[in-house]
Amino acid sequence: MQEFSRLVPTTTQAAARAGAVPQASFIAGGTDLMQLWKNNVQAASLVVDLDRLDLRRISLDGPTLRIGALATMAEVAEHPDVKRRVPAASEALLAAASPQIRNMGTAGGNLLQRTRCGYFRDPGFACNKREPGSGCPAIAGENRELAILGGSGSCIATQPSDFPVPLVAADARVELHGADGQTRTVELEQLYRLPGDTPHIETVLRPGEVITAILVPDAPANRRATYVKVRDRQSYAYALASVAAGIELQGGVVRDVRLAAGGVGTRPWRLDASEATLRGQRLSPALIEQAAARATDGAQPHAKNAFKVTLLRNTVRRALQAVTA
Amino acid sequence: MTAPITRRDLIGTSAAAAALPMPSLADAPAPAAPAAPAVAALTINGQVHRVAIDQRTSLLDALREHIGLTGTKKGCDHGSCGACTVHVDNKRVLACLVLAHRVEGRAVTTIEGLAQGDTLHPMQAAFLAHDGYQCGYCTPGQIMSAVSLVEEGHTQSEAEIAEWMSGNLCRCGAYTNIRAAIQDAARAKRA
Ligand SMILES: Cc1cc2nc3c(=O)[nH]c(=O)nc-3n(C[C@H](O)[C@H](O)[C@H](O)COP(=O)(O)OP(=O)(O)OC[C@H]3O[C@@H](n4cnc5c(N)ncnc54)[C@H](O)[C@@H]3O)c2cc1C
Ligand code: SF4
Ligand code: FES
Ligand code: FES
Repeated sequence: MQEFSRLVPTTTQAAARAGAVPQASFIAGGTDLMQLWKNNVQAASLVVDLDRLDLRRISLDGPTLRIGALATMAEVAEHPDVKRRVPAASEALLAAASPQIRNMGTAGGNLLQRTRCGYFRDPGFACNKREPGSGCPAIAGENRELAILGGSGSCIATQPSDFPVPLVAADARVELHGADGQTRTVELEQLYRLPGDTPHIETVLRPGEVITAILVPDAPANRRATYVKVRDRQSYAYALASVAAGIELQGGVVRDVRLAAGGVGTRPWRLDASEATLRGQRLSPALIEQAAARATDGAQPHAKNAFKVTLLRNTVRRALQAVTA
Repeated sequence: MTAPITRRDLIGTSAAAAALPMPSLADAPAPAAPAAPAVAALTINGQVHRVAIDQRTSLLDALREHIGLTGTKKGCDHGSCGACTVHVDNKRVLACLVLAHRVEGRAVTTIEGLAQGDTLHPMQAAFLAHDGYQCGYCTPGQIMSAVSLVEEGHTQSEAEIAEWMSGNLCRCGAYTNIRAAIQDAARAKRA
């Protein structure tokens, strides 16, 4: 692990300024960073500790649910307003990591967790994401866990976090505070960049930009929602495929529907074609079947992860059955 | 190991730094010099320990290597096994993923802090009574996790206990007895 010094700013503005320095890194829960640092996948010479910032609160701001970026995963999962407004986000967090890690990891940190691709996590291998231009051994190698949607010839790594999946489905936005003192909000889905030929640039965050909050709009389809996660073992594992499904029905007709998938895409993947299949139609098992089939539109399976095509369709079907039951 | 970097280096004139818009650090507090180990005052089991440790030191290494509390075990050192579970401000966390300097001013409890003199904590006694271990390596982490689990109230069924103990692995596979011990201790606490 590289040596670093640590700053503990008390205002978001001071943190943003300090974080804009090259080689600086924010630390929130530290649960992903500690792994990355110990394995020399990532290094920082200045660690900007977000611990003292007043960004822990979860509150209602009229129709908007505001989740402070530094609230822990456990705090978010158990908050009554989160459970009422976006129950799928609470379920996703409770299906993520372990109770100990959920007491440490934060809402903002989970959004920015880096890929679990084994080549990326081991500096003994080439990896375009870790070392731009060095190549991607995963495409012809161990790609069982990797993406079937959104990949490129440079990288097929999945964004592995559970929390952003229901949030992307819920049309959440993130609030950002820049080093120049300006704040802006960005659609969460648009926070993530597709790999293209620059897989090392993962988000649209500018140097020093701090995520201050996650903003979730209120909608009937966000309130009636669920999260289904499929893993190799029953608990304490990353998703092979996961689906957040939210629905609003009126007299058996789909008025609104939101679907997003995790574990299959290079970012949390909104399932637009499946939603379009359902919207305005009378719900039936056949319609759910059609929607599930459209989930893999554009999928590019690789030698070891072709099973995810079937798995994703089945997970969409399961999630839709569960949320409409 | 790369050369230590000072605050002046970061604000200063390096080519890499010049390429980005450089913010002023005027309103940011000065970081401690990275190379010299800094003293951290850590409150462990109610007692303050002053240790000179590098910023990189994990709480796990601070406990084991600097303070001499070796009850907390290192299994994976990567957050995967739960052997290093301790409490910080009464919440269970993984000591291998905590930077020791970050818990200054917080209350850390380790397995050594559970018993009252010669009287075992009820969870320790329950693990003994149920043989909730074989080799014992995962046991301190299991017990620290189990104490929190009971506090959190996730002990309604064996399945619930299994789910909420899933962050603690046992290579010996003592899970059946571990769950029995926890159920017993939880029942005794409710009674
Ligand atoms: C064994 C194990 C199993 C796991 N299983 C799962 C799982 O099943 N599902 C899952 O979703 N996750 C899982 N995780 C990952 C865990 O949930 C993440 O590590 C955690 O959410 C990261 O949050 P953090 O606050 O600790 O982030 P940190 O490690 O502190 O930071 C992560 C990144 O985010 C940046 N950052 C953090 N906060 C901000 C902010 N406010 N503004 C700007 N940048 C910021 C940091 O600079 C860093 O680059 C697992 C982890 C482990 C160790
Ligand atoms: S898939 Fe991406 S992260 Fe994995 S080896 Fe290829 S470039 Fe690296
Ligand atoms: S040693 Fe910390 S979780 Fe394994
Ligand atoms: S008792 Fe041996 S690892 Fe659990």
